[in-house]
Amino acid sequence: MNTTQINLIEPAGDEARENYLTEHTVRSWLLTTDHKRIGILYLLSILVFFAIAAVAAAMMRIELLTPNGHLVLPETYNKLFTIHGVLMVWFFLIPSIPSVLGNFVIPMMIGARDVAFPKLNLLSWYLFLVGGALAVYSVIIGGVDTGWTFYTPYSSTYSNSNVVTMIAGVFVAGFSSILTGLNFIVTIHKMRAPGMTWFRLPLFIWSLYSTSLILVLATPVLAITLLAISVERIWGVGIFDPDLGGDPVLFQHMFWFYSHPAVYVMILPGMGVISELVTCFSRKTIFGYYFIAFSSIAIAVVGFLVWGHHMFVSSQSIYAGLVFSVLSFIVAAPSAIKVFNWTATLYKGSISYDTPMLYALAFIGLFTIGGLTGLFLAALAVDVHLHDTYFVIAHFHYIMVGGMVTGFMGGLHYWWPKISGRMYPESLGRIAALVTFIGFNLTFFPQFLLGYLGQPRRYHSYPPEFQIFHVLSTAGASVLMIGYLMPLCYFVWSLWYGKKAPANPWEATGLEWKTASPPPCDNFEETPLVTHKPYQYKPEELREGAQHA
Amino acid sequence: MPEDTVAHQFNTMEQQREADTLGMWIFLATEVMFFGGLILCYTFARFSYPQAFEEASHRLYVGYGGPNTAILLCSSLTMAFAVQSAQLGRRRATVAFLLGTACLGLAFLVVKGFEYHTDYVEQLVPRWHFKWEGSEAPHAELFFWLYFTLTALHAIHVTIGIGLLLVMAVLAARRKISAENHMPAEITGLYWHFVDIVWVFLFPLLYLIGHRQ
Amino acid sequence: MTPAIVPARTYLVIFGLLMALLFATVAAAYIDLGQLNLPLAMAIASVKALLIIVFLMHLRHASRLTQLFASIGFFWLAILLLLAMSDYVSRLW
Repeated sequence: MNTTQINLIEPAGDEARENYLTEHTVRSWLLTTDHKRIGILYLLSILVFFAIAAVAAAMMRIELLTPNGHLVLPETYNKLFTIHGVLMVWFFLIPSIPSVLGNFVIPMMIGARDVAFPKLNLLSWYLFLVGGALAVYSVIIGGVDTGWTFYTPYSSTYSNSNVVTMIAGVFVAGFSSILTGLNFIVTIHKMRAPGMTWFRLPLFIWSLYSTSLILVLATPVLAITLLAISVERIWGVGIFDPDLGGDPVLFQHMFWFYSHPAVYVMILPGMGVISELVTCFSRKTIFGYYFIAFSSIAIAVVGFLVWGHHMFVSSQSIYAGLVFSVLSFIVAAPSAIKVFNWTATLYKGSISYDTPMLYALAFIGLFTIGGLTGLFLAALAVDVHLHDTYFVIAHFHYIMVGGMVTGFMGGLHYWWPKISGRMYPESLGRIAALVTFIGFNLTFFPQFLLGYLGQPRRYHSYPPEFQIFHVLSTAGASVLMIGYLMPLCYFVWSLWYGKKAPANPWEATGLEWKTASPPPCDNFEETPLVTHKPYQYKPEELREGAQHA
Repeated sequence: MPEDTVAHQFNTMEQQREADTLGMWIFLATEVMFFGGLILCYTFARFSYPQAFEEASHRLYVGYGGPNTAILLCSSLTMAFAVQSAQLGRRRATVAFLLGTACLGLAFLVVKGFEYHTDYVEQLVPRWHFKWEGSEAPHAELFFWLYFTLTALHAIHVTIGIGLLLVMAVLAARRKISAENHMPAEITGLYWHFVDIVWVFLFPLLYLIGHRQ
Repeated sequence: MTPAIVPARTYLVIFGLLMALLFATVAAAYIDLGQLNLPLAMAIASVKALLIIVFLMHLRHASRLTQLFASIGFFWLAILLLLAMSDYVSRLW
């Protein structure tokens, strides 16, 4: 265990000590600069956007139950997949772990009182809300039918839907992510407690640091790209307009320069959570700390060099396609390295199947499937057949839902006692994890088959021979929904009726577990002093462990 | 004075200063990427239509662009002196140099305004008021789209900068910026110099394509 | 550690250099250098930018970390420009 100079704080009896949740006023919440409260504000906000996007998905899946479904008009179907994508990507996934768990946990993990710029943190949340409001407003006034990818010239010239309003929402939310990334980078560089050297940092921090690098360097390019579309729509002329000699594919270069690294924003934090869970619930130190730490940086950097793999069939030059294909194979390596290291961590560990661990194990399997199918798509010749089919949809849902959302759920369950001071009901937690796993695979595995068989994405109707796969998928989605509703219910329940949590219910290492659940406003009574590496589980047995290896 | 104390989340003034500086430079990196996207658009278009771009560029007046560049360079000098005055605790000089910088920024915008008016009169505004005698009219129009978009985006940044400078001038006048707490001036300076640097690149890219007779 | 105070003279010298380079940029534009006009103009602009960054923005006194982040934006822009333009440049090969 880390040697610290702080006192172990336990809640005395039933009277909770004063903590960051004590003050109740609305004002104290809406004007807070406490990173822990801001994390919770984000949690509540992303749930709202997730719900709207989930309803859109439900409507799509119901439409797809029959080959020529008539739940919605074809034009409406286009609006459904657009709002689903926009809200899920920018208003749920990208902020999920960073803005919720990152905000809550990072300062505590490094032994700080708060992030570097607390007021900027609050501004980030308000920008996020404004962006979300604009995006939802654009739906209320009639929706957008371009897809979340806003490809030109449809989005810039031909679409008659509320493109500028929705783009404005994404633009504003983009600044929210930029400021959060900036805040995290400075925090991690400048606010670490004494003794917390880079290689004593938990791997969650390495992941979020890499994520923040991406947020800061990629998001501005999205911002200018969206601005360029808006200018073109309003002004009637633009750089993407072939009539002027402009190039619609230029949009794709700019869009994917951001959006590919963005998908690493949508998985790296999940990977960071898994490193925490796998060590705690196998009571073993992480295998290959340096490999996992540096692979996070590698994913962030190399992730900027592969965007052209979204454009293999968009008339990009074949030589550029070759280069992007090779780089896309290379970028898989650091992710694979992580999977190997987590697996090696599990090996001969003392594994307990608590809810967070169930999510972690699910992550490792589902992310591996998602990642491997990415390699299929990275191969130029194969991609010609699979591009714009359900194979791609299944691929990214395996990573984003099977990976990131699963990681988010695992992290939420792991840190719930710290956040709320309460335990969630463990048996319900395990059941929900299992339900989610079954529902997820039933929803998305058939989609790999659909894509392989040739079903294009974003189509509301299809040949009758594909129906069985769609029926399975819709059935799975219903099960998945139950799996997500359960935690919503029991987390809320636990706030009033859950068992009061001790400071360290999982007997985990890490500075965040050295302070009360819920923590005091300043996180620690005294600044911690760090003298050991992380994940010192059963240190006395590690010496023996060397003989087993 | 309350302004001299370290913010709650930091331990020392030095930590706070370093964090502020690092934070601002990271923000400037995001601005480089922000303008950079349009620079990619420009690079693509100029690479594709070199002749049209050269012709179009020659319709812009170095008589506007050159002096404007000089104005911004002067403003960077006054900004540097403003920050130095803040570091030395010279209240009056700080306020004067901040206001001077703001005035020069305003002068830039005024010149730009006259220039836009000239561009309009000469029918160089894409789609709304555009007439091109030479060949490759659509490509020339593309040049002017880039010209207006880039310079307007830059002008918005100048305007924000002027706002910041005025706020800083008020803070300095009220002694909220001092030798111990000069970081607000330093940070504003970083932003202002960056805006100058953007123009330093835009000027040759827009006004000096190829060679002029 | 209070930050170093740069003497006024340094600022004036740098300003002089910047103005001289401005004149050089404009003058060079009236000379036909063929393909070299663009690289020359960009080189001069880069020198001006460096002068501003190093001296007026105090980067020479900043920490290594800050200097790293100051340059990272330009490197990343280079990635965007080079890799995206590699598509356009190679389309006709």
